[in-house]
Amino acid sequence: MSTGVSKINLNVTGLTREVYKGSATTLCAGCGHNSITNHLIKALYEYGVEPHRLAKMSGIGCSSKTPAYFVDQAHGFNGVHGRMPSAATGAKLANRDLLVLGISGDGDTASIGLGQYCHLIRRNLDMTYIVEDNGCYGLTKGQFSATADLGSVLKNGKVNEFETIDVCGLAIELGATFVARSFSGDGKQLVPLLQAAFAHRGTAVLDVISPCVTFNDHEGSTKSYAYIKEHDYVLHSADFILGRGEIEVEYEPGNVQDIELADGSHVMLRKLDRAYDATDRIGALRVVHEARGRGELVTGLLYVNPASEDLCERERVPRQPLKDLGEADLRIGRAEWAKLMESFA
Amino acid sequence: MATGEKIVNDLTIRAATVNGSGSQSSNLVLTHALFRLGIPVAPKNVFPSNIEGLPTWYDVRLSPQGYKCRSGAIDIVVALNAATWHDDVASVRPGGAIVHEAVYPVSGATLRTDITYYAVPFGELAKKHVAQGSLRKYLVNMIYVGVLVELLGIPSEAVEAAVREQFRRKPSAVETNLAAVRVGVEYAQTHLEKRDPYYVEPMTGHTEGSILLDGNRAAALGCVMAGCTVLAWYPITPSTSLCESFISYCDRFRADPATGERKAAIVQAEDELAAIGMVLGAGWAGARAMTATSGPGLSLMAEYAGFGYYAELPGVIFDVQRAGPSTGLPTRTLQGDVAFAYTLSHGDTKHIVLLPATVEEAYELGMDAFDLAERFQTPVFVLSDLDLGMNVWMAQPLAYPDRPFDRGKVLTAADLERVESWGRYADPDGDGIPYRTLPGTPSAKAGYFTRGSGHDEFARYSESAEVFARNLDRLARKHETARLAVPQPSIEESGHATAILAYGTTHHAVVEARDRMRAAGLEVDYLRVRALPFSPEVAAFVARHERVYVVEQNRDGQLYGLLRTDLPAADVARLQSIRHYNGVPIDAAVIAEPLLEAERSLATSLA
Ligand SMILES: Cc1ncc(C[n+]2csc(CCOP(=O)(O)OP(=O)(O)O)c2C)c(N)n1
Ligand code: SF4
Ligand SMILES: [Mg+2]
Repeated sequence: MSTGVSKINLNVTGLTREVYKGSATTLCAGCGHNSITNHLIKALYEYGVEPHRLAKMSGIGCSSKTPAYFVDQAHGFNGVHGRMPSAATGAKLANRDLLVLGISGDGDTASIGLGQYCHLIRRNLDMTYIVEDNGCYGLTKGQFSATADLGSVLKNGKVNEFETIDVCGLAIELGATFVARSFSGDGKQLVPLLQAAFAHRGTAVLDVISPCVTFNDHEGSTKSYAYIKEHDYVLHSADFILGRGEIEVEYEPGNVQDIELADGSHVMLRKLDRAYDATDRIGALRVVHEARGRGELVTGLLYVNPASEDLCERERVPRQPLKDLGEADLRIGRAEWAKLMESFA
Repeated sequence: MATGEKIVNDLTIRAATVNGSGSQSSNLVLTHALFRLGIPVAPKNVFPSNIEGLPTWYDVRLSPQGYKCRSGAIDIVVALNAATWHDDVASVRPGGAIVHEAVYPVSGATLRTDITYYAVPFGELAKKHVAQGSLRKYLVNMIYVGVLVELLGIPSEAVEAAVREQFRRKPSAVETNLAAVRVGVEYAQTHLEKRDPYYVEPMTGHTEGSILLDGNRAAALGCVMAGCTVLAWYPITPSTSLCESFISYCDRFRADPATGERKAAIVQAEDELAAIGMVLGAGWAGARAMTATSGPGLSLMAEYAGFGYYAELPGVIFDVQRAGPSTGLPTRTLQGDVAFAYTLSHGDTKHIVLLPATVEEAYELGMDAFDLAERFQTPVFVLSDLDLGMNVWMAQPLAYPDRPFDRGKVLTAADLERVESWGRYADPDGDGIPYRTLPGTPSAKAGYFTRGSGHDEFARYSESAEVFARNLDRLARKHETARLAVPQPSIEESGHATAILAYGTTHHAVVEARDRMRAAGLEVDYLRVRALPFSPEVAAFVARHERVYVVEQNRDGQLYGLLRTDLPAADVARLQSIRHYNGVPIDAAVIAEPLLEAERSLATSLA
């Protein structure tokens, strides 16, 4: 696997892994979110993101606190509950050069933030959107969230009576151009998926099951470590190959789906027990639904459309960041102004 | 021929029609024709919250003095809506006239002896003279223009020019409309005998060099000239045309035909929760961003507004106020959001609020809002209202901006080279305003964490009691600094004991009320608040007067309430409150009558 990291431990941008760290976590020990933070540090480091170009966006929740725990040098925006997508949209429109990375929770996304989540996807804003999904509201002490599975049991014995909102199925339905699901405990799968998400142009959704050890990791919960380990149905193993570099690893023909992403990187999906075409939207929906019917969690790159047009392109937003435009670019010229005023006379 | 005094250029004409009948073109033609004749005009559109079928009224006031408020009385009604016929007859002032569809019955309650009736068979005329059936309902309205031309003696060249202007993008419509005007003129010439006292005559010295423009378009131009590049909005009357105008100006003046690129990003958001989020996200990342809304949308923006205040993010929010609470009367006007906007959001939130009164100010304050938002790193609210935003007003041509953008305290990578460290929420200048950096600044020192939770001077998470209180105190200091940086009040003062204090569109009624009171022997000083927080000038002005009547268009005296909290206790007693809140723009009588009454009874009780 080509990672873009040289022997003296500097990445393609010439930075050490240290630079990608943040302040110490304040989350519970063993919280899935902490693992995701660590995988993100690795993924960002290997991908070689320039810290100043990174915009870390989040809403409210234990999950939404995590942007403080990686890439200290980057700007972070910890907004209001469920409304991160709108702030991310504004930031990206203001400066197309930013790599926008959003961290949300299942409550932040599928309950209070469902509207913004849907419309973000519909607009295909160029950003990575991670749902740190524990099936409950960690920060308010463990109530069910809308991604809790039907029949899942809370610590106090309460059973979830409602259908789950499957944020991946919903995303595909809404026309998302990159949808993946993974598990906080599976860095081997998650890191290349994160990197593929950075490389993708458009909204890249990653639903990462991330157990809440304090409120939702007991027997009867379908978001516990034990349950996920037992029911994880891995679609394929994923490798990420940065940039336009040579693909050095040998793959057995017919077993690998090689997908070139917007920035020239590749994601290689190696078949496990069954063939899977990650560019087949309807197929992806079927697999998601079937797995849920079996009580399984299907993980991997569910769907990608590598040639999608993102919001800035569709809206013909100039390449030069809007924030940098000045009076001469933006004001109506004096002669035209005079004509305009005359037209009102 | 009428006997008695001629009344020249001093009347209000009301066209009572059905929404969706296309009367707007005729109303505009009439307005522009009068304006071209040099007569100051002040139109008010009183329209329903409906696309087609409900009654709508268009009042155009002609006034030799150039008064821009409603006159409070209707001199001539053109009645083209059977459904409102009774009310329309009743609305004519004694001595006035009503031009009406001939089939409407004039009997019983609709038979008045103190007004002149001009029956015109509009429907029949349209049938006879307009070949195309689908056009009839529109051209009936042009026929009414023709009738008025003849009755009032409006020079027909002015009407012709106005028709050509109105349909300049659709030349084929010019002739049909002119023909309809002629039908009205000819009918009036042959069938109507002038029996009312009203006349229109060309004037000079009042409209030359002026423009006719609505406040929303002026505000949109303010946004363009302020360099706003991000608009996120959700349609709501009466703010919609502000956004749509901004979009059309961007298409016209900011687009590169070669690349198709447009130097603006415009998102029709899914709701106002998202619109304000986009604005603040863009402001955080360094673009000038705005949204426009009205009451219901403002309510939805509350949470992010507080975030913007506390995390200190620039953004401009236009609130074109309509009559609330709740959905209220979406197409009527009020100044009902002032107190709410000022403290929008929970906790100790308070904002900079600008209060434009005129089309010129919708533009200028609209432009200032962006400088203030970046200078103070905070959301700035511009409170216009339906009357200003959606009505067309006579105004001076909007002045080309005379200064560059003020982008506020932003540290660049080069600035950061020169400093050891910096604190995002520190106050090195003592004015409460910190320094910020923008994402994308190529420096290892630039990044910081923006959050709505407790934070210290270095933007680090903090739950410390001292840190929290210290930060709130600094924010209060910043708000104090704003008192002198916001648009200062406009003051007309010559040492009288009594004064009026008003803001926004109430201004226009104050102007006329002061003239009326002067004629009745009462002179009053006048201060117009143009922004919140109050300038120190406001307190000083109040302290210089024995009685200050605070006039506003809401039920609860919202600005009066804000003044009571802001002024020293000794001066609070000087304040009196006059309120108008029925959704129809305030007129001079609402101010002059109670004020004269109060001052007279005071004089008698003192005597
Ligand atoms: C408007 C609003 N309502 C309620 C809350 C309280 N609240 C904080 S976090 C949270 C739930 C977070 O759940 P999730 O997004 O799943 O994050 P987790 O803590 O599980 O990672 C709630 C309800 C809030 N902060 N804001
Ligand atoms: S409460 Fe749950 S989600 Fe929150 S930090 Fe603890 S383990 Fe993680
Ligand atoms: Mg959760």
